[in-house]
Amino acid sequence: MKKRILALVMAGVMALSLAACGGNSDPKSSNSGTADSDFKVGAIYINKKTDTAGYTYAHHKGITTAMDELGLDPDSQLVIVDEVPEEDDKVAAAVDTLVGEGCDIIFGISFNYLNAMNAKAEEYPEVIFSHATGYLSNETNFNNYFGRIYQARYLTGVAAGLKSLETGNNNVGYVSAFDTEYAETCSGINGFALGVQSVNPDATVYVKELGAWSDEQNEYAFAEELINSYDCGIIAQHCDSAQPQIAAEKAGVFGCGYNSDMTVDAPKAHLTAAVWNWDVYYKTAIETAMTCGGAENFVTAMGGPAYYEGLVKGLVGVSELSDNCAPDTQAYLDAIVDLLATGEWDVFSGVKLSYTKNEDGTVTITQTDSALKTNDGKEIVPAGGKSVEDSVITGTMNYFVEGVKVG
Amino acid sequence: MDDKLNIVTTFLHNIIVYNIPLLYGTVGEITIEKSGSLNLGVEGTMAVGAIFGYILGCYANSMVVGVLVAFLTAALCGLIFAVLTVTFQANQNITGLTITTFGLGVFFFVGNGVKAVSWPAMNNYANIQNGFADLAIPGLSNIPVLGEVLFDHNILVYLGIVIALVMWWYLKYTRTGLRLRSVGENPAAADSVGINVRRYKYLHICLGSGIMGIGGYYMGLNMNGSLSSSCWINGYGWIAVALVIFANWSPAFAMVGTVVFGFFNTLRVSGPSLAMAFPGPLGWLAGVPSQLYQALPFIITALVLIATSVKKSKNSGQPAALGLNYFREER
Repeated sequence: MKKRILALVMAGVMALSLAACGGNSDPKSSNSGTADSDFKVGAIYINKKTDTAGYTYAHHKGITTAMDELGLDPDSQLVIVDEVPEEDDKVAAAVDTLVGEGCDIIFGISFNYLNAMNAKAEEYPEVIFSHATGYLSNETNFNNYFGRIYQARYLTGVAAGLKSLETGNNNVGYVSAFDTEYAETCSGINGFALGVQSVNPDATVYVKELGAWSDEQNEYAFAEELINSYDCGIIAQHCDSAQPQIAAEKAGVFGCGYNSDMTVDAPKAHLTAAVWNWDVYYKTAIETAMTCGGAENFVTAMGGPAYYEGLVKGLVGVSELSDNCAPDTQAYLDAIVDLLATGEWDVFSGVKLSYTKNEDGTVTITQTDSALKTNDGKEIVPAGGKSVEDSVITGTMNYFVEGVKVG
Repeated sequence: MDDKLNIVTTFLHNIIVYNIPLLYGTVGEITIEKSGSLNLGVEGTMAVGAIFGYILGCYANSMVVGVLVAFLTAALCGLIFAVLTVTFQANQNITGLTITTFGLGVFFFVGNGVKAVSWPAMNNYANIQNGFADLAIPGLSNIPVLGEVLFDHNILVYLGIVIALVMWWYLKYTRTGLRLRSVGENPAAADSVGINVRRYKYLHICLGSGIMGIGGYYMGLNMNGSLSSSCWINGYGWIAVALVIFANWSPAFAMVGTVVFGFFNTLRVSGPSLAMAFPGPLGWLAGVPSQLYQALPFIITALVLIATSVKKSKNSGQPAALGLNYFREER
């Protein structure tokens, strides 16, 4: 008998608590009067959403910043599945979860999510899919997005080149996650090297490849090796942590970071970092998704299946120049950004830049026709020729330009 | 020529700098295994020692505090392991794995938590930075090449070697060391001659875990206390477990194991530089793909395990009762 009473009491408690749960969720649904507060954003991350630095952090910050600016509430309107490995079934499951949660647009931030997202875009035509760093898309509800980070790297290269002229050390080091096997890392190295050489033609960029996107301990060790064994006076990087900059700081040399302003990590060494401002894309994409009137119109409304912007739109940029930079560096960078904005020049073209400093502190750029060649002498773009195709920069670039050496 | 010599010296120097945590992990694990307990929680134990040692060491601006805190917090992990396996007779393998998961969780929980408020940057703590700076041993460090390779390191490198030697002497030449070994070989026999098996196990599990913790603290300092998205320990705890077998349960051989393993580990960083300096004999190093270098530590580990299991000699140092719980009433 006692047991039965207990069971009854427990059942009562459970029913009450269920009702309480229902009660809690009520205000949320009553809130959703306008279309904006109905809108749900989904995101699939490769690392933890709680990261405080690195790739996932940069995207998460971009999405939340964009949502704040658009008046959306990331706490209730952003659904995240994080730590999703690059395996098709895991990505597909994450997509199913997000669609089940009622997401209107789903962002996937890691390269190898592409096949699963491509398949799911077909399965759920009423949901918008948007994939970072990939190349797949369709005509309606699936696009990809990326940025011309090589332009930002060109600028950091110019800053590094000016510093190398000041210190008189022509050896520049570059710690890279990968080298020629990914166009992303390869174009970054080339962009940086061309920037360095536009101010210091005698400079050599030594590249060391980590073989992993993130490997903190070796990021430090490789930078140290570049400084000690290759006598590098500047360390640039394409890897997640600030370890290369810390190594530069310890050794008393200089460096260019990546992803975030690493001056905080290496106050005496850091010059400037190539950075992403992902919120620029996320704002455009979410705004378009909310206004395009149906998932099938998304790609058209975005102006095409591949979003690929750079310095001019502000999707990429450089962090504030530190006091370690050579004097007038800012004037050089300003002049290059102005030139890029005209659209008549880009980094991987058959036109090289050289600079003259004016008396009023500004910098004038002179354009000279000169072929773009690989470091083993092959011609990529003839003198005066147009920039290589975007698809090469994002997909197939697998050579180094002159002046790059693998260390 | 100076340049070439410099590259070789840097390479040899780095073998020690980057791999000494393996020695701490291995010696700690040997201490535990000699008591008959197999603790697979090295990775997590090191992580716990690392994060608490680093943060509290910085707050106190004292490396001594850092080392002590690392030792004590890691020893606490050992205590959890001991309570579960010695008192409650839980499966040692599972408990060890749990300690690893738990330790890594604590690492990120505490690390990210502190980072969200304000992360102590090593740059701002002069005593920590100077404490971890290289300390040349007068006289010996002036020997060409060898001086810099062996006698110009931070104090924790020397401490690691001292601990290894002391533990070697302790296990081999002291009475308590002998008793400890008997507990690991045959706890029932040890018990019957009046050795308190439980107390020996508890003490040495905590002591060994504490030693691992200092190794973890070393790794944090060697990463300049910079925490991003990965754990400082980076798999070294697992390699230490394998090195115990390589070292045949001898803390002295653990030093050899550390250097042998470190040689291949560091080759990944220095290989291309060596190839550049000696294009004739070592040029081929540049052609080795970085993926192979990455896999090398694990390939070496696998080879070591195969080699040691093939030649199972009579003088194996493996305690006979390793991994078996001792339940007095079943004696």
